[in-house]
Amino acid sequence: MSAADVTAPPTRRPFTGRRVRFGDVALQVVAGAAALGATVLVGLIVWKLVDGSHLAISKYGLGFVTRVAWNPVIGHELYGAGSFLFGTVITSFLALLVATPIAIGIALFLTELAPRAIQAPVTALVETLAAVPSVLIGLWGILVLGPVLRTDIEPWLHSGLGWIPLFGPPSSAGASIFTAIVVLAIMILPIVSSISRELFLGVPPELKEGALALGTTRWETVRGVVFPYARGGVAAALILGLGRAMGEAIAVTQVIGGGVGIHWNIFGTGDTLGSKVAESYQGASTNLQSASLIYLGLVLLVLSLGANIAAQVIVRRVARRHGVTRGGHA
Amino acid sequence: MSITIEPTVRVETRRQPLPPRERLESIFEVEGLDAIYGTKAAIKDVTMEVYKNLVTAIIGPSGCGKSTYIRCFNRMNDLIPTFKQTGTIRYHGQDICASNIDPVAVRRNIGMVFQRPNPFPKSIYDNVAWGCRVLGMKDGLDERVERALTQAALWDEVKDRLKASGLSLSGGQQQRLCIARAIAVEPDVVLMDEPASALDPIATQAIEQLMLDLKSQYTFIIVTHNMQQAARVADMTAFFSISRGEEGQRYGELIEYDATEKIFTAPSDKRTEDYVTGRFG
Amino acid sequence: MSAQGLSGPGLRLDRLPQRRRVNHLMEALAWLAAAIGVAILGVVVWSVASKGWSELNLDLLTKSPIQFSLTNAPQGLSNAFAGTLVIVGLATAMALPVGILVAVYLNEFAPPPIRTGVGLVIDVLAGVPAIVVGIFVFVLLVVGHGQSAIKGAFALAILMLPFVARTTMEVLALVPNALREASLGLGVPHWRTTLSIVLPRAAGGIVTGTVLAVARVAGETAPLLFTSSIVGTQTSWNPTHALQTIPVAIFELSESPDPKDHARAWAAGFILLLFILFASLTARWLATRSARKIAGR
Repeated sequence: MSAADVTAPPTRRPFTGRRVRFGDVALQVVAGAAALGATVLVGLIVWKLVDGSHLAISKYGLGFVTRVAWNPVIGHELYGAGSFLFGTVITSFLALLVATPIAIGIALFLTELAPRAIQAPVTALVETLAAVPSVLIGLWGILVLGPVLRTDIEPWLHSGLGWIPLFGPPSSAGASIFTAIVVLAIMILPIVSSISRELFLGVPPELKEGALALGTTRWETVRGVVFPYARGGVAAALILGLGRAMGEAIAVTQVIGGGVGIHWNIFGTGDTLGSKVAESYQGASTNLQSASLIYLGLVLLVLSLGANIAAQVIVRRVARRHGVTRGGHA
Repeated sequence: MSITIEPTVRVETRRQPLPPRERLESIFEVEGLDAIYGTKAAIKDVTMEVYKNLVTAIIGPSGCGKSTYIRCFNRMNDLIPTFKQTGTIRYHGQDICASNIDPVAVRRNIGMVFQRPNPFPKSIYDNVAWGCRVLGMKDGLDERVERALTQAALWDEVKDRLKASGLSLSGGQQQRLCIARAIAVEPDVVLMDEPASALDPIATQAIEQLMLDLKSQYTFIIVTHNMQQAARVADMTAFFSISRGEEGQRYGELIEYDATEKIFTAPSDKRTEDYVTGRFG
Repeated sequence: MSAQGLSGPGLRLDRLPQRRRVNHLMEALAWLAAAIGVAILGVVVWSVASKGWSELNLDLLTKSPIQFSLTNAPQGLSNAFAGTLVIVGLATAMALPVGILVAVYLNEFAPPPIRTGVGLVIDVLAGVPAIVVGIFVFVLLVVGHGQSAIKGAFALAILMLPFVARTTMEVLALVPNALREASLGLGVPHWRTTLSIVLPRAAGGIVTGTVLAVARVAGETAPLLFTSSIVGTQTSWNPTHALQTIPVAIFELSESPDPKDHARAWAAGFILLLFILFASLTARWLATRSARKIAGR
């Protein structure tokens, strides 16, 4: 190899320099369009709902949200979301109240107490509950749960606790808000439970060891170290469960019985935003009623978007806080 | 012809000389202790006595089961599902390894400081106070916290920011916080599992001095892979090493246990001598 | 199991018996909660299985429903089974490519702020209630134009999209970067690397995610109420018509006072549940296997 070879300029390779490939651009554009479409979808949903309900919005404005009325009689038409908003709030919150202790209990059981052999099966079983379609839970609610509640549980609770306005006289219809609450609790149980379980699993074992080494019991360690550590995430899980309960329409409409008006007796019948809309699927009699139903859907959308966004914000904030690990400088 | 062994470890005289044997009070009597994970034995047939108000060091090469051994003293190995042990550890005359003894009661009296500092995500004050509150020592909490932090040589550095998070401290400070946390509940014995291995030399020195200052009130058992540290702080030293069984399986074994001075200047067992002179491990 | 404390001079035992009692109580409550959770599932599945099994017969699949039947003529839900196949199939065909493309864009091309931003929007989309999606498609497509199976499929596709996109994103993230770098280093263009190397490697996970998404929407009723519920009794496979679906059929039958209708509802529900459980469990089992394979472990 002579010196001349070493000093000769390198042969030019083809395709040097940045060349924009058609294939790259094409894929990026197509994929980007899909992403854009997905992003825009949420806004589109909001817009279309506003569009579809504009007749009711222009006629009733925001007062619709709190008005307790639903009169489809032609000539005396008056619509409002108040009754159903109340129904949504009371069923969802009470369902969350019922489901939360059980869900957290299950999560604690799976992470702290369960023998290894039954950890996986029980986890799978609880998560399978989430896979049961809502219409089937509703079917079971109408034909199995509802009658049991109506003939046994509700009269018993009413006789014992009837002085509390919540536990008034059972309705004769066989459907009740109470059944809806139980059904909703069953549906949100798996969500809250599995998120909580992952949160508890994420508690660093050295924290628990440090607590146990002081001579505390398992429960004291859970209360003093595990719960505080997982607190933010569990809050997000609860909000997600609440959002799910608020959005559930099918199972609720199957068991809740229908009705307008605000009353505290959960053994009576009622409606939620979702169940009212689902109930009317066969069609509305007038354009105003149609628009009002869509307005109901809009209110529901705002509620569940609010819950969802709140949960996502909390999740991201908690992730950031736990990402900051021990101490700054050595 | 006797060969004098040149100690490669300088035995400093920071600690007081060992009291005569008759005045030593036994606090733990370990007899025939085996520790087994699943089917593999981690340590076999350990027999020794630990004495009150002394610092006892456990040294040896990595993998010889030192951590497993010390965790037998406060039943922390119970947390591992495949763990089994045979043999006894007598504490105040009762076998704490027995299945009818509640580990919670054991840990109440025998505290532990871990290798990596693990303060709770609470304030500095709450880190120390939480244990006291839960265990029913609610009276005079402020004084208890101050006393514990002072004994852990941390009070001056944190007294103005007790509400700050425990995690905002440096590594050495966090470890001293963990020590304060452990002694706040007034245990009998404090187990230290390589407490300074994650710390810098200055932080290490603070912790060693702590042990010397406090051993009149507590009994310390410390696992360390640092021979110089054992030589500096320990009154008694136990040397563990890895032995091979008939089928070739490896397990940890207590080779020699004696006053630190003797272990490092005139060990009886050749394996001990090889280790402390740096010939292996 | 009566574990006792230690006894001895100078030992601290402070309120140990009470604390132990509280601990046992809490443990018992946790066991109870787990028992309740398992029991609920057991009761629901048992109800569906026992009632559905006894009513199960071939007529369900082969005969059409008879409107307002007063006789005991055999009837079934063949139109619902056909319609479900058509609608779920169409929905998958719509959601799958879009979901994959979204995931490809976010994982392979998008700068981090866009990835988190769009990711957030997708998570929010996943939280939109099914009934709201139904109303949306109703206002968008059905008003003035009528229902059809395609529109119902579109509604289901909206529900599937965030699911497919999320799981595909996770699977793509599992594909080792070394694989991409090796291909790019050979001079293979980015688009080709993505399509020929990364996607095939992730295929197992994508299939799993799709199966899970299908299991999820196969039982959805609300979106179809407004898009594909006004149906005849004839069994049709024509997607431009509104077709009956199993969930909607169950929904309508459940509200009827006729116990024979209830019987058919249980039977159809049983088949639906079997399908969903089978699909979910298979997908989960596949997921654990393919995750390891994709990451190359």
